Amino acid sequence: MEFTQFLNELWIARGALWQGLQLTIAVSVLAIVLGTVLGLFVGMVLVYAWRPFKLLVRLYVDFIRGTPVFVLVLASFYILSVIGIQLTAFQAGVLAITVFCSSHVGEMVRGALQAIHRGQTEAAMAIGLTFRQTFQYVLMPQALRQILPTWVNAATEMVKASTLLSVIGVAELLLSTQQVISRNFLSLEFYFFAGLIYFVLNFSIERFGRHLERRLAVY
Amino acid sequence: MADPLLVIENLHKKFDHLEVLRGVDLRMNGGDVVSIIGSSGSGKTTLLRCVNLLEDFHEGRIVVDGQEIGYAVKGGRRVRLPNSIVARHRALTGMAFQTFNLFPHLSALGNVTLGLIRVRGMKKDEAVAIAERWLDRVGLLERRNHYPGQLSGGQQQRVAIARAIAMNPKLMLFDEVTSALDPELVNEVLNVIKDLARDGMTMLIVTHEMKFAYEVSTRIIFMNEGRIGEEGPPSEVFNNPKTPRLAEFLKNSSF
Repeated sequence: MEFTQFLNELWIARGALWQGLQLTIAVSVLAIVLGTVLGLFVGMVLVYAWRPFKLLVRLYVDFIRGTPVFVLVLASFYILSVIGIQLTAFQAGVLAITVFCSSHVGEMVRGALQAIHRGQTEAAMAIGLTFRQTFQYVLMPQALRQILPTWVNAATEMVKASTLLSVIGVAELLLSTQQVISRNFLSLEFYFFAGLIYFVLNFSIERFGRHLERRLAVY
Repeated sequence: MADPLLVIENLHKKFDHLEVLRGVDLRMNGGDVVSIIGSSGSGKTTLLRCVNLLEDFHEGRIVVDGQEIGYAVKGGRRVRLPNSIVARHRALTGMAFQTFNLFPHLSALGNVTLGLIRVRGMKKDEAVAIAERWLDRVGLLERRNHYPGQLSGGQQQRVAIARAIAMNPKLMLFDEVTSALDPELVNEVLNVIKDLARDGMTMLIVTHEMKFAYEVSTRIIFMNEGRIGEEGPPSEVFNNPKTPRLAEFLKNSSF
């Protein structure tokens, strides 16, 4: 009986949950994409930049990595508005997770670039490639291949981190679920349902990552 | 007489306080095959790497095919040229490394075409045609789609040689190209180099393979403590060493 009641409530709540899911996906995809792009830049700076610039970015990475994402979310929503930067809750949330993602991707890229044998750069330069070309055609493809497994892991972390946006009022999947529960009190069922959706999301990311790994596993 | 293809004058190179090259002078004409022999730490590899500008040098000049490479004198001071020009100078010479250094994410064909497309600015078809011709020349045409990880050491080194030569360098540099190979794979690589020598390729070779150096070279250079200790035609250098240091080196080398 209770299960049919749950299905009934689920049907009623479908619009709100669907919107919540869409927001979760939007936040996650934006943060992962922007965070990865920024992270590639961070990684490059950590390896190749002029020393003072390198130290500055090192400070950024260590600071962000040492701060709970929850605090980052609150800070980007409340503190930025204090200094006059008005962001919507959605923008502030995406910013916080992007920054978080970039610090992790940055460290991965740094590690991967530094692990590439010096001979690769020398061989590229010996055939006359410029540094930019060496980076683009020789080093980066190898680094990206190298970071793929940990990057997939980080991507799933970002999906999980997106739940923290519920505290600043972004009606992503978790907050939508809580709102639905406040109406029908089926907390166990709906939390379980939300958990299942998060699992499916992250499982899909992992499968996709495996698929990429297999496709790239030529060497 | 034609201008020399390679001129090295008074080359000095230091690593911190250790002076590895202490005034090397060398001239090579087109078609010369010069092998550099000498014990570890004598500066052979450093000399080669300076010619490819993989190492900075502190004094002296290197001229390849009439162009002074790497440095210029501006306002009475010696300055290193910008990286874009250095990259162009590097492309005058081709280099094969001890550890092959093939790009693991590219196939044999991709390794050879990368420079043709990105440095020489060729269209893909044209680059592939040239790459295939050189892969055929080193006996690996049928492996063109294999990745380095799928090739033996000897095959990898042959692809690396094809990659360097396809760029049509004025001068080929070989840095102990057989040192990392299993003994049974050494000859396939040496045969490729001999084949190139017969074609008139100008080559500067650092090697520990004395028999090979004897057979392939027009001239042998014995490096000792950062200087050229002795030089001459192979028969002379190997059979009548003039310095006790070379005599001792040859005695301890397998020949």
